[in-house]
Amino acid sequence: MFLEGYGYLIFQGAWLTVQVATWAACVAIVLGLLGALAKLSPMAPLRLVATVYTTLVRSVPDLVLMLLIYYSAQIGINQIAQAFGRESLQLNPYGTAIGTLGFIYGAYCTETFRGAFRAIPFGQLEAARAYGMSHWQVLRRIRLPQMMRFALPGIGNIWQVLLKSAGLISLLGLNDMVQVAKQAGNATSRQMFFYLVIAAIFLAFAILSSLALKHLERRYSIEPQRSAS
Amino acid sequence: MLPGALLGQLYQPVVDTLSMKTYLIGLMLVASPLITWGANEELRFGVDPTYPPFESKRPDGSLTGFDIELGESLCSELQRRCVWVENAFDGMVSALKGRKFDGILSALSITEARKAEIAFSNTLYDTPARLVAPQGSPLQPTAESLRGKRVGVQQGSVFEVYAKRMWGLKGVEVVPYQSSDLTYSDLINGRLDAAFDDAIAVSEGLLKKPMGKGFGYAGEVVKSPEIFGPGTGIGLRKSDTALAGEINQALERIHQNGTYERIARKYFDFDISPK
Amino acid sequence: MIEILKEFGANFLWSDGYRWSGLSVTLWLLVTSALIGLAAAIPLALVRTYGDRWLALPVQLYTLVFRGTPLFVQLLIIYSGLASLSLIRESPSLWWFFRDGMHCVILALALNTCAYTVEILAGVLRTTPRGEIEAALALGMTRRQLFMLVLIPSMLRRALPAYSNEVIFVLHATAIAFTATVPDILKIAADVNAATFKTFQAYGIAALLYMVLACALVGVFRLAERRLLAYQR
Repeated sequence: MFLEGYGYLIFQGAWLTVQVATWAACVAIVLGLLGALAKLSPMAPLRLVATVYTTLVRSVPDLVLMLLIYYSAQIGINQIAQAFGRESLQLNPYGTAIGTLGFIYGAYCTETFRGAFRAIPFGQLEAARAYGMSHWQVLRRIRLPQMMRFALPGIGNIWQVLLKSAGLISLLGLNDMVQVAKQAGNATSRQMFFYLVIAAIFLAFAILSSLALKHLERRYSIEPQRSAS
Repeated sequence: MLPGALLGQLYQPVVDTLSMKTYLIGLMLVASPLITWGANEELRFGVDPTYPPFESKRPDGSLTGFDIELGESLCSELQRRCVWVENAFDGMVSALKGRKFDGILSALSITEARKAEIAFSNTLYDTPARLVAPQGSPLQPTAESLRGKRVGVQQGSVFEVYAKRMWGLKGVEVVPYQSSDLTYSDLINGRLDAAFDDAIAVSEGLLKKPMGKGFGYAGEVVKSPEIFGPGTGIGLRKSDTALAGEINQALERIHQNGTYERIARKYFDFDISPK
Repeated sequence: MIEILKEFGANFLWSDGYRWSGLSVTLWLLVTSALIGLAAAIPLALVRTYGDRWLALPVQLYTLVFRGTPLFVQLLIIYSGLASLSLIRESPSLWWFFRDGMHCVILALALNTCAYTVEILAGVLRTTPRGEIEAALALGMTRRQLFMLVLIPSMLRRALPAYSNEVIFVLHATAIAFTATVPDILKIAADVNAATFKTFQAYGIAALLYMVLACALVGVFRLAERRLLAYQR
């Protein structure tokens, strides 16, 4: 039997890990963009909120935040819903895990995007304004696409960290590949074997991601040093 | 206008090699199993499937065990569909209050401490607590005998409460683990001197297995009505009184029509029904 | 909140009455694993950058594997995986080491941070200003002197900003220790959660403690950078 009959479960678990990480990355990118725009905004309250968000989240271990948010977020949502006299919306466990990871890594994305926005040569923005573009047009046509190029290496790093963090959701009891490996290892007394299998899968994911990111960077990234000079 | 346009721009550099359509289909494929919204006729039970014979997982991923079959028969009595949500045992109460599921059906003992937080159905079953140790070990489930020893328990279980209160304060090192199977594997490899758990769970999860050779119960059954309570029940939110009533009625019915008896005989060779 | 602090405050900070627990254990894990990791990373980074190919390759493989897999899985392999092998259990000295969860956690953390630190230091070495090396050679330094007096001190100074980030990551990584039964801050929070069902308060206190620690570390490193990198301003 392939992996003592646990092959399919491990495959399912690996697929779940990829799904959770992918969706969490989407949430993180959206939060990161909003956070970066808030940090660079002229409005002081927005800047304050974004700064509190990134400082709090980045100073606490991801695992602690996961346990804190995973179990408490819904209770918070219920209380807010109750205060407004509404039926509370229900989060499923995987949705909560995705939201939690996305919230945590959104803070790291915020810093990356902020740096990337600031790396855009000022001349480009001046040129855009000289063409008579509105604030939104400058954002959509110049700042966002240009910023993404500068942000790509940083986002790539965050993705690699996020992928590994996704392995922690097993501590919430979710059925990812780490959880499957634990159960399979304990059922068959071959812990070493199953942990090595999932380590190899994680390593393969990491190598594939870094190849893909290198490819993207080569295609879309301009050399920051060259453009800055 | 903001989000759509913004994302369009954002993904442009990353996506343009793929056509947008394949990209969207890919996204949907990735998302499909994650979108399961609770319908009304569903009854969601939280379970930590690391505790045979009450709840465990087969190699194909399906759940099995006494609690699972009990839950399924309760659901069919109630004409609702059982949905099993896996959750770590030490987070069950918080997850229930956080509405991750509607009931805890995971060998959860009815205790006063838990009753302060959640409600319980009527008692499902009552099983004894025992200490396990290497065969021939002189250990007894008393503080004097265990002083200086390491005793493994499951985090958040009544066994943890008992061990910490009765032994932990008297020089016994009580080591909580996230699940019972992790406790057993550290007992087997020798990191622990003993483990304290449900006698039936120990028997099924350790003693009856080849790896449990050389281990056995140490001392007599440990009794403590005030800590262990009257047995296990289904944990429910205090606000869900209607659900509690329905479940108790269904429980009554499966006792009367022999279903409970039939399932129990499949898993246990003695009477586990509450006294 | 107040009751939890009254009942478990000491557990969270230094001791659960019988052994060290909470903050003190977390700090111990941080300091020992970061020091061991750094000490091992310095020679490895030199080998990775200046060593010949057959020496550099294993180092590269090591950093690839340890940076490409989650620390949690590495700890599972070291704590549960190795203990399941009779080879380890039957060797008294190995089993003495691996039996203790604390040893396993420190080993996993040190191996992990060492891999990241090697890459940080190697990156810094590659950008050593040519002038520094030329000046050393012009003074007639031997190869050994060049390494001991110029390359390594310069590397350590210039790596400080990136290394301070790495130390914060090690602090965050110590939170995984509780899965190997080590009573660190998060383990106490899990105990409090199990005892009181006050999940938010239990993990919230842990989060606050980590936050204070992280801020203190950032402060210390800022001071160090101001002193040690003063020449760059």
